[in-house]
Formats: sequence, structure tokens, C-alpha cells
Amino acid sequence: MYLLAGGFFFLLGGLEALLIRIQLMYPDLDIFVGGTFNQLLTMHGTTMIFFAAMPIIFALLNAIVPLQIGARDVAFPFINALGLWLFFLGGVILNASWFLGAGAPEAGWTAYAPLSTPAFSHMGVDFYVLGLQVAGIGTWLGGINFLVTIINMRAPGLTFMRLPMFTWTAFVTSALVLFAFPAITVNLILLMFDRLFGGAFFNADMGGNVVIWQHLFWIFGHPEVYILILPAFGIVSDVISTFSKKRLFGHSAMVFATVLIGFLGFMVWAHHMFTVGMGPIANSLFALATMLIAVPTGIKIFNWLFTMWGGQVRINTASLWSIGFIPTFLIGGMTGVMLGVAPADFQYQDTYFVIAHFHYTIVGGMVFGLFSGMYYWWPKMFGKMLNEKLGKWNFWTFFIGFNLTFFPQHFLGLMGMPRRVFTFLPNAGLEMGNFVSTIGAFGMTLSILIFLLNIVITNRSEQTVPADPWDGRTLEWTIPSPAPEYNFAQTPLVRGLDALWVEKMEGNGQISYAEPLGRIHMPSPSVLPFLMAIGLTFAAFGFIYHTWFVAATGLIFTFVLMSIRSVKDDPGYYIEVEDIDEGVKV
Amino acid sequence: MSQWKKAWRLLPLLAVMMLVLTGCGQDPFLSALTPRGPVAEQQFYLIKLSIYIMMGVFAVVMVIYVYVLVRFRHRPGQTGIPEQIEGSHKLEIIWTTIPLILLTILAIPTVKITFDLAEKFPTDDALQVKVIAHQFWWEYEYPDLGISAAQDLYIPTGEKVQFQLTSEDVIHSFWAPALGGKTDTNPGMVNAMWLQADDPGVYKGKCAELCGDSHTLMDFKIVAMDRPEFDAWVEKMKEPHVSSSDVAEGEQIFADSCISCHAIDATQGLDIPDFAPNLRNFGDRVVLANYFNMDDETIAEWIKNPEKMKPGNLMPGFADELDDQQLASLVDYLNTLSVK
Repeated sequence: MYLLAGGFFFLLGGLEALLIRIQLMYPDLDIFVGGTFNQLLTMHGTTMIFFAAMPIIFALLNAIVPLQIGARDVAFPFINALGLWLFFLGGVILNASWFLGAGAPEAGWTAYAPLSTPAFSHMGVDFYVLGLQVAGIGTWLGGINFLVTIINMRAPGLTFMRLPMFTWTAFVTSALVLFAFPAITVNLILLMFDRLFGGAFFNADMGGNVVIWQHLFWIFGHPEVYILILPAFGIVSDVISTFSKKRLFGHSAMVFATVLIGFLGFMVWAHHMFTVGMGPIANSLFALATMLIAVPTGIKIFNWLFTMWGGQVRINTASLWSIGFIPTFLIGGMTGVMLGVAPADFQYQDTYFVIAHFHYTIVGGMVFGLFSGMYYWWPKMFGKMLNEKLGKWNFWTFFIGFNLTFFPQHFLGLMGMPRRVFTFLPNAGLEMGNFVSTIGAFGMTLSILIFLLNIVITNRSEQTVPADPWDGRTLEWTIPSPAPEYNFAQTPLVRGLDALWVEKMEGNGQISYAEPLGRIHMPSPSVLPFLMAIGLTFAAFGFIYHTWFVAATGLIFTFVLMSIRSVKDDPGYYIEVEDIDEGVKV
Repeated sequence: MSQWKKAWRLLPLLAVMMLVLTGCGQDPFLSALTPRGPVAEQQFYLIKLSIYIMMGVFAVVMVIYVYVLVRFRHRPGQTGIPEQIEGSHKLEIIWTTIPLILLTILAIPTVKITFDLAEKFPTDDALQVKVIAHQFWWEYEYPDLGISAAQDLYIPTGEKVQFQLTSEDVIHSFWAPALGGKTDTNPGMVNAMWLQADDPGVYKGKCAELCGDSHTLMDFKIVAMDRPEFDAWVEKMKEPHVSSSDVAEGEQIFADSCISCHAIDATQGLDIPDFAPNLRNFGDRVVLANYFNMDDETIAEWIKNPEKMKPGNLMPGFADELDDQQLASLVDYLNTLSVK
């Protein structure tokens, strides 16, 4: 579900990106200008971050984390469903702005005040404020759920230092969600008061302060970057290890690097604000903190290289995405250090250099990682292998298109092209870079179409996949593909890092179990989470249209449902022993 | 394929070298890679330093990367299981320490230049300019000289100019890449920065913070001239405009329709932000309304329908109030508002 909805929003955000690039193909075009262009760029950023990247990550977390820790499900299936619906309906609220009101929000995905206050923007921003709040609750609940799952539901013997890297990164990402999302929620509530109830938090004429928004936004926004990239680190670690036929080099160093990145991620938010006028002391401190992050990130890069060193590196689509990830992410990381050099950032800030940088980290990093994970775990999730030939086409068109799109943008920025402009003047050396960039965007579009085709073809093909198609190392490869609804017939017993590999090396061929086969308790399906999310969506529209009656009804509806959930016992149901497939032999 | 890949990795590297070192195809009055003053030069120095360090790191990583991919690829028929190495403390320490050293090399000039650029020098030494950003135009006040101007910023060459920046509405950002990095203009706050132009010329500036529908069109120009020329310019700006009788009709239209918003006296209303750009030296503008060609036809077009050319700006259109002949007279009059 997460994957489907996230994929849908990804296509939407991608289409917006393509329109932006088409407008910037030649100087002085006027296809999408002024407010329309600002709506496109705002919706592209907001959709991609909150409604494409986050849910696709959550989809993989949902599908894989329980399998990697030998759990039957996440800790709170009910909250999981609630989180899904809140995220999805939040996205619906945001995108409804295209058709309702005065058009989509146009203050940028960062929605800097006071441009986002009612004096300078139309009601599109209300959809942004309410949509993100609804979706934010969902994401936050999801984060708590994964934290509890990983802390409490690990199989016997699976200590923290034996967790596969993907689960580790899922853990740190969830912790970042837990602490970062409240900051944006507070910010959105302040803005909501300014917009709906005549507040003046961001109105300088009435004693407000416009910079507060930026601080709160980036206290959320910078950790958000690591929320996005850490799971990709995890995927790349697992994929490289599996396809090198070696254990991850420096597993414990990788764990500490991950935790350190998560920790430092909260210390550097103001490097987005060097030009705001914080003064040299704050700028220097945040510059140094930012540079420090390069150290644990560098540790990761070298550990990946040395995992492959001495291994038998198999090249297929899944590993290609991870191998392609290393240089592209490296470039993104290096330009990140460059951006941390505060005085030089005075030149980079708000230019295409920044656009190039964060697309190298988010697309070249996260999206490459997600594709890798998709090809790697597709058989486990859906019981079919994605087509390798199309997969290679998918990778190479994307890799080339991506570099064509974003590499020239570094220079466009340095040569004086600010971000978020809908056109540029001829004869300033900007034509070539913009043209190449747009061609690259078409290449990426082609690549995504190939991927969609691959899904359709794979879905239609009649194939069965063994439990362990890749010669895997971790627990998810001990159960049938696709994973049954109860995941593990018997809770496995873990005897080391890379639990399955340990057993393979000892010639056991299968994992040992921590319990005898017994009937499995399952939660009942429930319509309550969906209805709760509907209630909040109603409330959101009530707020957007200033009809307090609707808003109150929606909120009360949700509270009533919450009470019902609290008092009603859910006995669940059991899957009897006869209906359970025996564990598979590997 | 590995050969292929090798070539691919080298391409961006070569491109970096080529573009940075030759600075090809760029506009020398716009690009941050062609610094024309000490601020931009120091920033360019840091840009170069960090790029060189990063290219070194990139090269080292890529050598290992290509070697690993070529040497340790799975070969057909290869069996056996590679040694399962846990890790290496020695290596971990090496690739923690070396980056730390490289970062220190980068960090020291970073901090030094951060403080240098934030330096506040004695106010009586330097020319003071207040920059007030509006949706979507720029206002400049020279408090010590007693004049104000709009859109084109005139400064003397070879000396530090100290700026105080603020905004009347939303956040904008004042950026002339060839002279130096940007500083945000925040409503309700005042930021400080300084710039210096070494040579005379017309430097291109841009608003760098999304500020509304016409953010893209909120350019400005910095006109740098030698000190004597600049002083002469200041003196002329102080004088009231004397119009000739040739443009009497245009002057009358201006008095009826325009003067309620646009001042033509550069000494008027200092310390109060203007409602609309001061037109004292309109005839000298490099471009019209920060962005468009400065010719009679475009000026008339602008007066008729400014909303169409620059969405979201506050000026009303005069298409219904002025006929073509009146417009022509008004444009003739506007062109005489010059100090050259």
C-alpha cells in the first residue's frame, strides 16, 4: 500500500519536475511562468520529500524490517494502518489544492515566512499546512512503531550488534523521525495560527520574527535529509555484502557511523541559513559541525569499498544500483562539505549549485538505494524476480540521465543562476547547461517508464522464486518468497551476525528455531484506522475553508473512534498448525 | 563494461578541471567564478580550495573503486567462499584521521574568512548604503550623502562599501556574484555586509530568495565608477530635476498620474522606505524594471500593463487612461529624468 501510494506520488512529483525542466530548456520560454511555475516547484519538492520518498522508505521498512529481525509483524499493526491512511489522505489534501481554492501552494517546499503568510500568498498554502500536519502525524506514528518493533521484537539471539545494517539504519531513521517531526508540527501550527486565526508569529510589523520559521523548519529539515538517506545506506550495505559474498567490512564501525550521523544531523540545521545574518560565531560553529559529518560518511564509503575488496562481486541490477550509488553519493557528500564552508556558501546558497548538491544526495543517494532495495527484495515482497534485462536498461538510462541533469547544474549555480527562477537571460553562458539538464530529465523519465514496464511484465510472468534467490545472508531469506502473512512459522534462533550465513557455513542449510511449531496469533483487520484518518481529513478541510462546524465534527468523530478502539477488545484470530507451511530448506 | 565505467568516472572530473580553470562561456559580470572584488576573491579562494581537496578525495576513492570492481569481480566458474573479514581497526583509524586532517586544512581558512567578511569597520571610513528590498524592486539610501535611488546601485570603485540590508515585505536576498556572496534581507531586521568593486563596470545582481510571482525578474545592476565620477554623480542626484519645455505635456501627465507614487527628487523622503521606485535618474537605467529592454516601446508597454510583464507588482496599468500619443509624451518626459 505504502509502495503503491508512494509510487503514485513519485510519478506526480516527477511529472512536475519534467515540466519545470521543459520550461527551463531554452532561455526566455513562457510555458509556465510566475505563480504557475512557483506552484510547480513547491509541489515538486513537497510531494517528493513527504509523499514519495518517505512512504517508499516506509514501504521497505514495513516489508523488510520484521523479516530481518525474525518478527511476525510490526509491533502495532493498528497504528501502522493508521499511519498509512494519514499519510495518504495528507497527500490527497495537499494535491486537492490543484483543483480547489486558488491553486497549489506557491511559497516553495520550505514555505519561508512571511511569503507563506496570508499577506503574501493565497489559500494554496492552507492545503500545505493542513496536508502536512495530517501526513506528519502518520509518519510520526510510523516512526514510533518501527522503534518499538526493533527494540522489542528481535528474535532470540539477535542482539543489537548482530542486527543487519538495513535494520540498524531503520532504527536510527525512526529515532530521527521521532525527534524531528515535532519541530515541523510546531512550526506548521504557528503558521496555521497566523493563517487562520489572525496570529502574528511571523509578522514583523506586529513584533513577530520571520527567522523563527527557518530555524524550526531546518531543525526538522536537516534530520529529514538523514531520515531519507540512512535507509539507503542500509540497503547498500546489505546489497554489497550479499553480492560480494562477504560479511560487511567493519560492521560495528558502520553502526557507530550511522548513530553518529543521526546525532550530528541535529547539530547542523543552521548551515541552511548562513546568509540569514546569524553572525560569524554561529556561522563558524555550524560550518565546523557540518564538516564533521563528512567523517562518519567517509567511513561508510571506505567500508563499502573494502567489503567488495577480496570478495566475488556479482553484477546484476540490484548490485548495479548500489555500485552506482557510491560515486554519485560521494559527489553529493563532497559538495555538501563545500556548502559547509560558510563564506563560500554565500555564493552557493539558493543557487543551482544547491539544487545539484541535494539531488546528488537524495536522487543519487536515496533513489539509487531504493531502486537497489527494490530489485533486491522484490522477490521477497511479491514472489517474482524483476526482469534483469529491463533492469539494466532501467539503471543505465537513469544513471546517464541523472548525471546529465544534475552535473551541469553545479556550474549553472556558480555562474549566477539562482534556484526557483522560471527563466534566464540568453548570452550569460547558461544556455548549454540548462539544455543538457533538460535532456537528462527526459532520460530519467524514459528510465522510470522502463521500470514501470518491468513491473507490468514481471507481474504478468508466471514464475516461482525460491526462498533464497541471491545466496542471502540474513533472516528474510529463510522464509518462502513471497513472505507468508505470518512471516515466520517458527521464531528463528540467531547465532551470529548474518544469521543465515552462519548456518550455511556450518552446513545446516536451514535456520534453527527458538520455539516449536504452534498456532499463530494474528490481529483482526479493522476499518477504524481508515475512518480515523477520514475524520482528520474532514477536520482539515473544515479548517481550510474556515467552517469550524466541519472541523469540530471531524475531530470529534476521530476522538469517538479512538475511544471505541480503547474500550473494545480485539481478540484477533489464530492460524492453526495445519495451515502453516513448514520452514523451507535452503 | 569496467573500461566503460572508468571513462565515465573521468568525464566529470575533466569537466570540473576544464570549466573551473578556464572559466569558459560565462558572463564575467555575473559569474562567481570570475571574482571582481576582494569579497568574491576570498570566497572564490575557498571554493577552489574545497574543490581541489574534494577532487583529491574523489580520485583516491575512484582508484580503489575501479580497482575493486575490476580485480574482485565474480568470474564465471569461480567457486569457493571469500574470507569473511570482520574489519580492521587500523584501516578505520586511517580513514577517520585523514579526513579529519583534510577538514582541518579547510576549516582554518573557513573560520578566518567568515570573521573577515563579517568585519565591521569604522563607519566614517566607508560609504554607507541602506538596501531596502521590495516585491519586486530594490531601493538604496545613502544616508551620509543624503540621496536615495532605485534599481541601479551606484558605487565608487576601489573602496569598501558597507551595506545595511532590510526588507519591506518578504525575505529577499541581495546577490551580485562577481562582487561577492549574498545576504538575506529580512523584514524587521537589519543585516550588514560589505563589498568592493576593483574595476568600473556594470555588475549583474539577482534576488536569490523566492519572493513571489516575479522573483525571477527581480534583478539589479551595480554600476561601479571611479571616485571622481561617483562624486559628480552624487552632486547631480542632489540637484532637483529641471525639465525642458519640449516635454511639457509628458510632465503634466506625470504630475497627474505618476507622482503620487514615484518621487523624482532623490533627496526626498530619506529614512522612510519609498512606496515605489524613485525615478530621479530613470533615463539612466541599464534595464527597465530590473529586467526588460530600456527602449521607448517597452517603456510604453510597461506603463500600459505592468502586471502582464511582471506579475504581482503593485503598479496599476494605464492602458485605459492614456492613449498612444499621451504615452509617447510621457515616455519622452521619463527619458529626460537623467543625471548624465
